[in-house]
Amino acid sequence: MINITLYRKVGSFAENKDFAREIRTKEIIPALEKNKQVVLDFKNIDSATQSFVHALISDLMRRYGNEVLDKICFKDCNKTVQKVISLVVDYMQERE
Amino acid sequence: MLCWLSYMKIHLPNSAFLGNIDPFLRGFDEKHPEKLEITANKKWIAIHPVVLSMVAALGLTVDPSEIDCEKLEASSKGYLARMGLYDFLNIKSDIKFVEHEPAGRFIPLTQIKNSKELTRFVTDVIPLLHLDPKQSESISHIVTELVRNVLEHSGSKYGAVLCAQYYKKSNSIRLGIVDTGMGIKKTINFSYPTSTDIEAIRLALIPGITGTTKKEGGTMLNAGAGLFLIKSIACVNRDFFMIYSGNGMYKLLKRRINQKIKLHSNPFEDKHSKEAGLPYWQGTVVGIDITLDQTKELGIILDFVWDTYKQAIKERKKKKYKRARFI
Repeated sequence: MINITLYRKVGSFAENKDFAREIRTKEIIPALEKNKQVVLDFKNIDSATQSFVHALISDLMRRYGNEVLDKICFKDCNKTVQKVISLVVDYMQERE
Repeated sequence: MLCWLSYMKIHLPNSAFLGNIDPFLRGFDEKHPEKLEITANKKWIAIHPVVLSMVAALGLTVDPSEIDCEKLEASSKGYLARMGLYDFLNIKSDIKFVEHEPAGRFIPLTQIKNSKELTRFVTDVIPLLHLDPKQSESISHIVTELVRNVLEHSGSKYGAVLCAQYYKKSNSIRLGIVDTGMGIKKTINFSYPTSTDIEAIRLALIPGITGTTKKEGGTMLNAGAGLFLIKSIACVNRDFFMIYSGNGMYKLLKRRINQKIKLHSNPFEDKHSKEAGLPYWQGTVVGIDITLDQTKELGIILDFVWDTYKQAIKERKKKKYKRARFI
């Protein structure tokens, strides 16, 4: 299992898509390729934009299918962050 | 004498806020973009930050020596100087003003050209408005999504120009974000061919539609949800939202207080006004009001957004279904 602490990289307002892409390509994808469980730790993150979360996880769902959600956990998310993540996860499953 | 005819012209009126901005937009003369003439009402100038952002953004596209800004006489002229307009245009002004501390009052004209500057702005500048966390969260989301749209889609070398003002009487924040890039029609046309600016604006406001792909769900970086989310924040909070690009302008009008909240995926089904034959704005202009007393938590807004987003995608998919042909 790999734990990725987002606050250290993105601060309390997670909005920078460049950081999201970097975390996805350099940390999440390599871990998934090794068949590891990934914990995305949102501790101390007050808010996250839809664009940030989209850049963080949408490509994973496209690449590995919806089953990738069985390998990813979202930890310590406040209510709003949970809603943003759910929004992205839900609309990615509605896509073509 | 013929020289003045060849100026792009913008006139700062007595009053131009989102509710009454239409005459100001109609009066803008975009011809001859190599020169800019700025004139203003002689007595009083009360303008929405989006108007200031438009003037500043235009100024960036013109050499300072080609800007002709008339000597302002209105007693509120100090406001323009304090918001940084003259510094922004790189022109001299002898206007004296009391330099109020901006914290809690306004965000002066700011240019954001890259992702790092945006992060710094959101981290360092927005907190200066001293807002309640639930209110500043909505504002941070609005600024971030709009500026990222500019940085990723507009192709403007000047980036985004923005400013904001707190209005004590209405307890509201008014915000304007402007670019002089390729405009919405050209961006949306990469995926959805449209012939008019107003149709391109309509498409850009529909959830799940992005200029980067025709596929539902967007690409790995764009979902086509940003503008819809911002319009939704304004709609749920019963505020104005205006978007102007090319010849087209769409304005979300205020909902009545007792009216039930309902988001529409098609912006033309919301209470709105639109205009198609305006002077051509090369780029995109967005203005929004955020009445702080009415600001709902972002979480509540997201519930509405998801329901509408899901419905919109379902309807579009349904339209693409093929039916068996029986002869």
